[in-house]
Amino acid sequence: MPIEFDPPKPIVQTQFVLKTVAEEMMRSKSRYYDEHEHEIPWDYIEFMHTAMKAMGAGSLAPKEKGNGHEGEEQKEKRPPIAYQSLAAQIEALAWGDVGFYLCTPGGGLGAAAVQAAGTPEQRAKFLARFAGEKPTFAAMCMTEAGAGSDTASIRARAVLDEKTNEWVLNGEKIFVTAGDKSLTPYEKLGKGFIVVWASIDPSAGRAGMRAFVVEAGTPGVRVTKLEHKLGIRVSDTAAISLVDVRVPFDHILGSPTVEKTTTGFKGAMATFDATRPLVAASGLGVARAALEFLKEKLAENGIQIRYGLPRQKLTAIERDVIDMDIMLKSAWLMVIKAVWMADNKHPNALESSMSKVKAGDVGTKITQKVVEILGPLGYSREFLAEKWFRDAKITDIYEGTGQINRLVVARQILGYSGAELR
Amino acid sequence: MYSFELTEEQQMLIEAVGKYAGNDLRAAAHDAEENHDLPKKLISKGWELGLLQASIPEAYGGFGERSAVTGVLAVEEMAFGDLAGTLAVMTPSLFATPILLAGTEEQKQAYLPKVIEGDWAPYTAALIEYAFDFDPLALRTTATLAGDEYVLNGEKAFVPFAKEAEAMIVYASLEGKTQGFIVPKGAAGLTIGDEREKLMSLNALPMYRVKLDNVKVPASNRLGGASGMDFEPVLASMRLAAASAAVGVANAAFEYSKNYAKEREAFGVKIAQKQAIAFMLAEMRTEIEASRLLTWEAAWKLDAGKDNAFTEAYLAYMGAADMAMMVTDRAVQILGGHGYIREHPVEMWMRNGRGFATFTGLAII
Ligand SMILES: Cc1cc2nc3c(=O)[nH]c(=O)nc-3n(C[C@H](O)[C@H](O)[C@H](O)COP(=O)(O)OP(=O)(O)OC[C@H]3O[C@@H](n4cnc5c(N)ncnc54)[C@H](O)[C@@H]3O)c2cc1C
Repeated sequence: MPIEFDPPKPIVQTQFVLKTVAEEMMRSKSRYYDEHEHEIPWDYIEFMHTAMKAMGAGSLAPKEKGNGHEGEEQKEKRPPIAYQSLAAQIEALAWGDVGFYLCTPGGGLGAAAVQAAGTPEQRAKFLARFAGEKPTFAAMCMTEAGAGSDTASIRARAVLDEKTNEWVLNGEKIFVTAGDKSLTPYEKLGKGFIVVWASIDPSAGRAGMRAFVVEAGTPGVRVTKLEHKLGIRVSDTAAISLVDVRVPFDHILGSPTVEKTTTGFKGAMATFDATRPLVAASGLGVARAALEFLKEKLAENGIQIRYGLPRQKLTAIERDVIDMDIMLKSAWLMVIKAVWMADNKHPNALESSMSKVKAGDVGTKITQKVVEILGPLGYSREFLAEKWFRDAKITDIYEGTGQINRLVVARQILGYSGAELR
Repeated sequence: MYSFELTEEQQMLIEAVGKYAGNDLRAAAHDAEENHDLPKKLISKGWELGLLQASIPEAYGGFGERSAVTGVLAVEEMAFGDLAGTLAVMTPSLFATPILLAGTEEQKQAYLPKVIEGDWAPYTAALIEYAFDFDPLALRTTATLAGDEYVLNGEKAFVPFAKEAEAMIVYASLEGKTQGFIVPKGAAGLTIGDEREKLMSLNALPMYRVKLDNVKVPASNRLGGASGMDFEPVLASMRLAAASAAVGVANAAFEYSKNYAKEREAFGVKIAQKQAIAFMLAEMRTEIEASRLLTWEAAWKLDAGKDNAFTEAYLAYMGAADMAMMVTDRAVQILGGHGYIREHPVEMWMRNGRGFATFTGLAII
């Protein structure tokens, strides 16, 4: 198909629907939950669960490429758009409130990890629950106190108990998004799980890293702390301790053998290729919310942006708004290209990380600028601009910091290994 | 649907343009800039790629249909070779494309076949004016109707090949609106400056000041005839040409400095292995991609006749001008002192890079 920029119709339709959801279910509650950290937005969770069931979408996690789910589409020879739809949905929800978006049931990064690194049997076994009666969560636990960006230095261990054929996990994980909702047995929620990254052979470094599914309720796994944060306060960020946690052998995602390769680590990276543009999309939703709010306020004050004039004739505000338009539009196109590549099975490690670099920059710059231009209105908690400023910053931190994604981009363009450029 | 795939035809075209840009333009660029001389044979060779010819329908002597998307792809690829050369090759488009877009049937019949029938021939256009706040939508050059003639007054700057031009389009303000007028060679009151423009870059491209002192042209020389023209799509096409050229120049600077950084050693490692350098390269690549996609989208919107195509083209242009400055500046930085020396092309690209904020009207897709 030649170069084209018409958003697919199904995407436009969902965006339209989600705008209403965003306004009714999210924006109206944004401030409340920002000021009541650790309260759970049950209305939103239940609404989204019901809505997604009605749409036949059990999970926001992208469907396996080319398997049964997309069969009908392929028959009609329509280009696959699963990731594109997902990116558009996430952007639209994040426009409402990115913290709420992170409270969307359906498995989040946990399910994405199972999708990317699991076998077909594991996908069937672990992902079915998201289409169940109750809203259900899953989370991904990579980060530890001593290992953030440097994922290869995680200390969590998994040892095979040959007698029982079970894996025994020990470790301390931090900053787990939705860790609480995935593990704590709330009555309103279905039984969730966490995906825990641990080493099966510390001497093997990256090659020894594997992901394990730990079901909620497994003895020895426990939420030890909920963080207090700059923004996205409605989303729980948990510390999780694992003490002699036993999981069945087949809960290890992908291959259990430690060849001296980095298959396990590559599993994590495959997850990131898939999820980075989606995280980028969420950051851009926040940025668009802020920019649109600014434009509304300017219009209310009789300020028109005179698109088309040379820079020399523009006011400072016009320049800023135009620059923000450029940033936001181009960042969105980078996300779309990255997910379009994923849909069409083109390797997209470069585009995926570039979209995240860009969105991290754009999200923070736009929200910071909007607060600045709005002056007291921007700084006041009577409006949401200051909240978006706090929310947006996370895009440049999780799912690989801006620096880590720059490293990934640089390695790609320079053809360097991790050892050559660290 | 979204798609980022070039058609087979576009791929073939880009490959041909790429060869010319990489082998011919790039090889000649340094001397052309230093000697203020672009070999005519080089221009002819670029003309033979048939970019303009392929955008004009058979009825007017061409062999295709205009596509802004193909246009931005081709310009980016050619500007990767050399900007001045690209602008020279494309100068006749400055005359032909607005006629194709906004001319009357008679104007198309009268001029299009003539421009494209043979070898590259100097047809041009005069838009830029010598004022810090030059604005294509608020020109100082005026046109007034007197009987069945228009009278043009004002001064134009940066007009490529004005000296030898067979004819040029002069843009002037008619009752506050920018309109185009076809002015033939030697028209009374038309004075071409004796000396070439002296600019920070583009020394290879002969450009001139053009004075219009009560230049009279028949009313039928107004682009679009009595009802005139819609200047917006023409301006959008100029801005997209500048934007895609900016992407091409930036990409040239990026590739060059990237390769240099992989060779150059300092403190026992390649400088590309230092994050300060690697991160600059990552950001350069990212911003090039951002601008490129914005340019593609705007071009697609222009082709699809979307309402907001004009604004999108403006945004693509503004973004690309900033991007090109940032990227070319960093390319020089990555080469360090060597980047400052004219033996390496990055300093020229940096001079090019600063120009895109000013270059509206030097090319059109
Ligand atoms: C709200 C929130 C939610 C999160 N959710 C999850 C989750 O669900 N699951 C999960 O596993 N993790 C999650 N994280 C963790 C997040 O991914 C990490 O915080 C992040 O990867 C950075 O790690 P760090 O905090 O240890 O910072 P560090 O790795 O200590 O980095 C500190 C600084 O050093 C820079 N730096 C590090 N290494 C390099 C390098 N090689 N070159 C240049 N600069 C470098 C970083 O960019 C950063 O600026 C979450 C974090 C937050 C705040």
